Amino acid sequence: MRFELTPRTNASTMMRVFASVAAFITAFLIAGFVIWLMGRSPIAAFDVYVLQPLSDPWSLQELVVKATPMALIAIGLAYCFRANLWNIGAEGQYVIGAVLGGWLALRTHGSDAGFWVLPLMLLLGVIGGALWGLIPAFLKTRFGVNEILTSLMLVYVAQLILDYLVRGPWRDPKGFNFPQSVTFDPSATLHPIFEGGRVHYGAVFAAIAVLVTAIILGRTLFGYRLKLTGDAPRAARFAGFSSKATTLAVFAISGGLAGLAGILEVSGQIGQLQPSISPGYGFTAITVAFLGRLNPVGILVASLVVALTFIGGESAQIMLKLPLDLTQAFQGILLMCVLAADAMVSYRIRFATRGGGK
Amino acid sequence: MKADVPPSGPPLVELKGISKRYGDLLANDGIDLSIEPGEKHALLGENGAGKSTLVKILYGVIEPSAGEIRWDGRPVTIGSPVEARALGLGMVFQHFSLFDELSVAENIAVALSSDWSLSTVREKLGEISRTYGLALDADRAVWTLSAGERQRIEIVRCLLQNPRLLILDEPTSVLTPQEAEHLFTTLDRLSAEGCSILYISHKLEEVRRLCRRATILRAGRVVATIDPRASSAREIAALMVGNAVGEVRSDAPHHPQGEALRVSNLSLPPAGLHGQALRDINLVARAGEIVGIAGVAGNGQSELFAALSGERLADHPDAIAINGKPSGAMGIDARRRLGAAFVPEERLGHSAAPTHRLSENTLISHAATEVSRSGFILMNAAKRVARSIVQSFDVRTPEGDPQARKLSGGNLQKFVIGREIIRKPKLLIVDQPTWGVDAGAARLIRQALVDLAREGSAVVVVSQDLDELFEVADRMAVIHQGTLSPLKPIGEWTKEAVGLKMLGVSQAQGGAHAL
Ligand SMILES: Nc1ncnc2c1ncn2[C@@H]1O[C@H](COP(=O)(O)OP(=O)(O)OP(=O)(O)O)[C@@H](O)[C@H]1O
Ligand SMILES: [Mg+2]
Repeated sequence: MRFELTPRTNASTMMRVFASVAAFITAFLIAGFVIWLMGRSPIAAFDVYVLQPLSDPWSLQELVVKATPMALIAIGLAYCFRANLWNIGAEGQYVIGAVLGGWLALRTHGSDAGFWVLPLMLLLGVIGGALWGLIPAFLKTRFGVNEILTSLMLVYVAQLILDYLVRGPWRDPKGFNFPQSVTFDPSATLHPIFEGGRVHYGAVFAAIAVLVTAIILGRTLFGYRLKLTGDAPRAARFAGFSSKATTLAVFAISGGLAGLAGILEVSGQIGQLQPSISPGYGFTAITVAFLGRLNPVGILVASLVVALTFIGGESAQIMLKLPLDLTQAFQGILLMCVLAADAMVSYRIRFATRGGGK
Repeated sequence: MKADVPPSGPPLVELKGISKRYGDLLANDGIDLSIEPGEKHALLGENGAGKSTLVKILYGVIEPSAGEIRWDGRPVTIGSPVEARALGLGMVFQHFSLFDELSVAENIAVALSSDWSLSTVREKLGEISRTYGLALDADRAVWTLSAGERQRIEIVRCLLQNPRLLILDEPTSVLTPQEAEHLFTTLDRLSAEGCSILYISHKLEEVRRLCRRATILRAGRVVATIDPRASSAREIAALMVGNAVGEVRSDAPHHPQGEALRVSNLSLPPAGLHGQALRDINLVARAGEIVGIAGVAGNGQSELFAALSGERLADHPDAIAINGKPSGAMGIDARRRLGAAFVPEERLGHSAAPTHRLSENTLISHAATEVSRSGFILMNAAKRVARSIVQSFDVRTPEGDPQARKLSGGNLQKFVIGREIIRKPKLLIVDQPTWGVDAGAARLIRQALVDLAREGSAVVVVSQDLDELFEVADRMAVIHQGTLSPLKPIGEWTKEAVGLKMLGVSQAQGGAHAL
């Protein structure tokens, strides 16, 4: 007994929408079952995970705060993934963006440098992330090294660089030996959009990224180039789209957006450099990108959904004593369900008794 | 040769009322067909008649909307190619289903059940290639092979499984006459051994040579079942299209002038381990003429095409001049801007993206010109271009702006050729222009090439089809193992001379080594 997939010739849009909804419901059912196995009430868990965060203003803000970096990074990843290029190292690009941008904040700390500090920090964040992303791209185009491996390994390099800096040269001398930098000056801090609120201007950048990307992917030759490179690489070469240039471009874009997310988080949320500046946004963004079907608007929605699981997970930990790992497990289940639904819409699954002659 | 086995038991396979609907289009409409054991049965019909659809249903690739299949008299449902192979069906597809990165032997091994080890495959492969004269190097990566060589893999892959019914969807469209003759001998032998053959082809001569019974489809329906030897080509063609097919007319005398393409001492090392090197190629194509390049697949045609199109750059700029400009170092886009246009051999995946709509597919070669402005796609313009290609080249589409993969093979070919011709290029380079195209469409394409040349463009046609080259070319050369013979006016060539050159036999030796 084995099963095989044969492509469906007539997958309708209705079916796809329905499949996505079904995937979400299935994921919740599976998660509920796991929670029930752990001896908690699935109903209470659903309340804590989903309903409470959505009905509480503070949580709603928190939702946007958490969704911002994931949306930014995932949007960048969409450029890569559409072209069948696998940047797995957004987490590292995020960190280097934060480091390079943070460097300026520390450099100007205590000086009366003016309004230009913050824009320049953001710019440096983008540059840092882009350069870090270009390393695997360069290795791939120049030496044919697999980009999945190099981009992933560079994550650990980036984290160790940050670790070294905040424990060594950049440590706050008055910080009681804690491994962290000084707190950024107000001129290097991104402010909340509303007075006293949590949502900072990073959310605006994410919204702009969604808009611009929707136009680039849908309307421009560059967007078509990525689609063609992903769907028919030989036809892309025939169209005159150099695959090297494409590789370098998408890694620079996705690295840049990840770097921007990093510096936005550091200057808007954390306010200083410290060994850990991300709960794994760069990796979760991969899930977000696929949940959103590599479509910018889809990614925006997906980032909010995944942010919800983060927030719900935190309160579930406090209120129901459920482990935080469950959140990650749930994100995984959700992705599996969505991918499985996608496969079932595109392919017919049939079980075949083992045949094939001799 | 063996006559058809008299039907004693039930037919090997019997199709009853097979229909397939795609939206509004009935690709197959109540088709009845039966094949006896050992019979060689032909399936004829113009492009888009529904031939591939029918055999894909039989092979379990697509599901029929209605109808019944009987195998050995028993009703069966064939849900997948695996089940089809288990029953004893083998199929050579019109479009290849091979993994580019794998070697020949690996490609064959993945299609077989798991108890075939790579070494047995390699052994059997050598055996079969020898018996049937289908030369294949087991360790070559598929992406380095030409279409003709890829097709050999598909054929050998089926033969390895000792099928009871072998379906061939236009197997000879990329084979040389000699290779095709080899194939027919093989098929005769298989049929004598009891294996049935279902044979799709647009070449009536072959069908006559091979089959005693032919089913003719038109617009998804069976219009006749005939003995192809008892009917004239004209009658058969009339059954297929409903009217007769004319000749390509190329009357107006013309005086080529101005070099649109000059290739000087072009040499290129092989692209991969097993590629063909190009050696000292010289070639001139003048505005107003058609230059033919004949050769057996795998003798450097793909390499030459890549070098001319700019998909591979030459080692120095002067090796290739397009409209007088040294362009050996230019990419394909820059060459298009100089007025050149290209049609590669493989339509799905190379000239067209299968899952993209026709309008998007126009972007592939028109991006440099009218369908984009400052980086933005002009989708309406692209749709307009696609529509006018469809109209002027009689491309039959199942819907307004379908994905390229939904077109039948011949119709897609008309589209990708039309896409280039409609740009009115000063220089058109095309590889296998009428591969898998029915007689009517082949005439349309050849006529379009001739017309383009008469309007003052230079056309270079790379083809294995000698009849085609003799029909359209003004001058011709032969490529063999990466070397191009001098160009001579078509009147100075004979088919025999070309055939010998294609095999690398020099004129002097010709007498002794004639086939
Ligand atoms: N997936 C699909 N969706 C919609 N229409 C399709 C699809 N596949 C094939 N068709 C349509 O069905 C018809 C029959 O196609 P088919 O490929 O069987 O033709 P064919 O006889 O093999 O032609 P050719 O000689 O050109 O290969 C065509 O009009 C084609 O456009
Ligand atoms: Mg066909």
